[in-house]
Formats: sequence, C-alpha cells, structure tokens
Amino acid sequence: MSEKKTNRRDFLFTATYAVGAVGVGATVWPMIDQMNPDASVKALASTEVDVSSLTPGKTITVLWRGKPVFIRRRTEDEIADARSVKLDDLKDPEKDEDRAKNPEWLVMLGVCTHLGCVPLNDKGDYNGWFCPCHGSHYDTSGRIRKGPAPTNMEVPKYEFVNANTIKIG
Amino acid sequence: MSDHEYTPTSKAGKWFNDRLPLLTLANHLTDYPTPKNLNYWWTFGGILTFCLITQIVTGLTLAMHYIAHADMAFESVEHIMRDVNYGWLIRYIHANGASMFFLAVYIHIFRSLFYGSYKAPREIIWIIGIIIYLLMMAAAFMGYVLPWGQMSFWGATVITNLFSAIPLVGEGIVTWLWGGYSVDNPTLTRFFTLHYLIPFLILGLVVLHIWALHVPGNNNPVGIDVKKPSKDTVPFHPYIVIKDTFALLMFMIVFAFFVFYTPNILGHADNYIEADPLVTPAHIVPEWYLLPFYAILRSVPDKLLGVIAMLSAILILAALPWLDTSKIRSAVFRPLYKQFYWILVADVLILGYVGAMPAEGLYLLVARVATAYYFLHFLVILPVLGLKEKTLPIPLSITEPILGGTANLATAKNKESSIK
Repeated sequence: MSEKKTNRRDFLFTATYAVGAVGVGATVWPMIDQMNPDASVKALASTEVDVSSLTPGKTITVLWRGKPVFIRRRTEDEIADARSVKLDDLKDPEKDEDRAKNPEWLVMLGVCTHLGCVPLNDKGDYNGWFCPCHGSHYDTSGRIRKGPAPTNMEVPKYEFVNANTIKIG
Repeated sequence: MSDHEYTPTSKAGKWFNDRLPLLTLANHLTDYPTPKNLNYWWTFGGILTFCLITQIVTGLTLAMHYIAHADMAFESVEHIMRDVNYGWLIRYIHANGASMFFLAVYIHIFRSLFYGSYKAPREIIWIIGIIIYLLMMAAAFMGYVLPWGQMSFWGATVITNLFSAIPLVGEGIVTWLWGGYSVDNPTLTRFFTLHYLIPFLILGLVVLHIWALHVPGNNNPVGIDVKKPSKDTVPFHPYIVIKDTFALLMFMIVFAFFVFYTPNILGHADNYIEADPLVTPAHIVPEWYLLPFYAILRSVPDKLLGVIAMLSAILILAALPWLDTSKIRSAVFRPLYKQFYWILVADVLILGYVGAMPAEGLYLLVARVATAYYFLHFLVILPVLGLKEKTLPIPLSITEPILGGTANLATAKNKESSIK
C-alpha cells in the first residue's frame, strides 16, 4: 500500500465519527437505563418487623424489596451446630459469628443463591434450609453445604431498633 | 430468483409488474421447482408457518383483553377464560399452539439432522433457523410469564437468575432485567412488550429463511443435488401445496385434540395459583419443550458451568455444518451415522425425561451421562464419522432409483445419457 498523507478530509471523517459515536451513546444510554430500578422501587428501601412473637426454633418470612427475608430465632443446639463447623468444610467460608452478630437471631435473604428460589425451612441434610428447585442444602447459619448454589444466603443490612423490632435495609 | 423471466399476460398486470414485480415473485413461488421425492417430513415448514400465523392472530386477540399489571394480570386471564366470548378457546389455542409450534419445530430440526439439510450450500438457512428457534424459546418463556401464576413467577425468577452466573456484572444485569430487586411489575410489562415484538422478528426471519432456501432449492431424501427444473423436480403448485395442505390437516387434528380434549395436560396446575413471591412451588419444571436443556443445566454441579453447558447445547447446533465432516448429506447412505442419529434422538428424549424428574439419585446420574453423550455426539462422533465412515453409493439422480435403477454406476450413467 502506498504511503498516504493525512489531510484535512481525514481529520473531518475522524471528527465526524467521534461526534457521531458520542451522539449514539448519549441516545442509547437512556433507553438502556430506563430498564433499571426506578425511583419508586428504590424508595422502598427499608422495612421494620416486630419479632416479639417469635419463640426459639421459629422462623418468620417477611417481604423486603419484593424478596423474602427469613428471620429465625435459633435454638441453642442450632447455634452450637453452626459455630462448631470447621471453615475448611465450607464451600463459601464464613464464620457464623459474622453472619449472626446476636447468635440467637439469624436474618438473611430467603433467596437461594443458585437461581433465586425460596428454600424450605427445617429441611435438608444440615437441618437448615433446602431449596426444592435444584437441591441446594444450607446449614443452620444459612451457609451453602451441598448442591449447585455457589454462595451462602445473603445477610442484608439490618439492626435492632429496640428489643422487639428489627429494621431491614 | 434473478434468473426468473416472467411477463404477465394482462396489460394492467404488466403495467403493475414493471413498477413492482410482485407478480414475478408470485410466479416464482408457484413454479418453484421442488424435488419430486420430498416425503412428509418435508411438510413441517408449511406447518410451522401455520403455527406462527396462529400464534400471532390468537395473541393479538388475547392482547385486547389481557392487562399487563402484576395486580391484574392473573385476574384478566381468568376474565378471558370465563367472561370473554370464546376467550377460553382463543387462549387454549394460543397456549397449546406454543406446544404444537415446538413439536413441529423439533420434527423439522430432526428432519434436517437425518437428511443433512444443514450442509453446504444450505448453512445460512440452517443458522437462520437456529436464530428463529432461539427467539421461539424467548417468546415462549416470556409468554408463559404473562398469566402471572406461580409457575410464571418462579420460572421467570429462575431463568433471569441464569444471568447472575456471569462473573462481576451478573447481579447488575439481573437487576436491570427485572427493573427492581425481584421479578415484579416492571418485569411483567417489559416481558409483555418483548413477547409482542418477537413473533414479528420471527416472521421477518422466516422470510429470510425461505429466501435463503429458494437460492439452492430444497434438499431431498436422497440428499443429492438436483438439476432444476428437470425430470427430478415438480412445480411447487399444485404438487407441494396439496401435499402440505394434507399434512397440515392431519396436524390440525392433533392440535384440535389437545385444544378440545386435554387443554391443560401440557401445562402445570400450579400456574392456576396467583404468583406469590414468598412461596416457591415444590417442583419447578419448565414447559416440556425446554426440558432437555433444563436437564443439562441441572446435571452440572457448578452454577456458571451449568449455564454455559446449557447455552452451548443450543449454540453448538449453529456450528453443525462444520462439525459434520461427511460429504454425503442423507443418512440413507450413511449406515453408521443413521445409528448414531437414532441414539441422539433417544439421548434427547432421555434428557427431556430426566429434566422433568427431581435432580437426585439415579435421575441425576442418567442426566450426566446423557449430557456427556450429547456433546460427544456433536464434538467427537460427527467430525470423526465423516472421515472414517464407509458410505453407500449414492444415485446420480432422483429419477434413477424410482425408475428401478441399478446400483451399478456405469449402467446408471448410460441410462442418464440415453434420457438426454
């Protein structure tokens, strides 16, 4: 190929393409971003739950951001079970102490980390949760022990507003 | 099409055709030379066109009564079933029509696999077909979400969550698809929009599919190139039109049986329970036509790899024209391939069966073996077979075997020259 000198026209082409690309990008982005969660969805950020009726060994499920949240008041045995597990045995190593600051209360998203089903209570090989969709087993700390799910059930941001009320979000 | 010279007889026709050659196109479609030995497996293209039109017409009708809102969708479907005049009929045709569409498309695909219709020079027809198939699955999935029953909701949750397997950006993509933090009203309205759009995309691709077909012409059961038009071909109209119509009528009997006698047998009872984000049904199972791929997804114990395996199982079909190294198209002349073909058919049926069963114990083991074999067939058996297989002699023309021709090539050649 023969050597070609850059001239004014090349500059004009390049400049036109560049401006055109920016224009296309600026037009396409709003079309893409309109599909993201809107202001009204984001506004439903937190939920307060009264947990006074829960006795040890009971779980309630509440809806937060359209997703179920499990709140379980754990028994002594379950806590002991969850805390005695060696981290090496876990697929997604995480200490129970980090998941449940107050050992009696386990608060987590009731969403299987495989494909988003709601696992069943008091089921499975580890006496925690079992997902009926594709067979993931979770222990009494909601950690994945067996099955296709890659990670433990997620612990959302939450706090005790007072002794009987948990605020999620 | 460019080699087609046609002059309308009437003056008005000529005037119009000079300005827009629609009459030339109509003439091409009626005269289109078709191999005369096409069997009934070749009638499914026409049946599929019928299915698409049926889905579009019934779908447009349903859209006049359906309300795409999380609070009202379920009720509006019941309203269609109970209050709208013939609403039950239109919805049952639409719901069973999806299954009939897939039944026909699977026969159509396996026809191509048996007779090697995907091979040169028909690769583009095949690839357009695979794209149509993918769009069909997307349309069927999104359509299944619209009644907002339990299976709708949890099917949507599981399938959209497949994208969360993508490293780093997965979660962001899922939130973007949902328009929220779970499947909810924004998800429903966008699925409705896309479900409405996709059939028209398919319609456009069907035009390209047929256009690409009309360049080399139809493959045929013998799988050899035919001269057209010649003794080996017949005009599309009336020969193929009549044959297609007869097959279509037979197909419509099956269709009508499902619509009128067992309209819910292919669905799930759980979908007559309104969507509840707090309770997952005990067995989430996709519609029957997606079961083999679902079995592949579940047979891999790793989330990302499972998703990759499932997608590869479909996309591998697009590479088929290059994976199959055999020069011979039709399985009729490939004794070994014919056997592997039927093993593949059995393999896919087994995958479909275990896909409907719980993923544990023996079912899981069978699913894993069948998944491995599926990939083995396309990635190892087909490429090797094309190079090693000893194929049978192929006839020189379609006319030859029909006229009691001989396997002796010399005689066949003499016969052909004497015909000339």
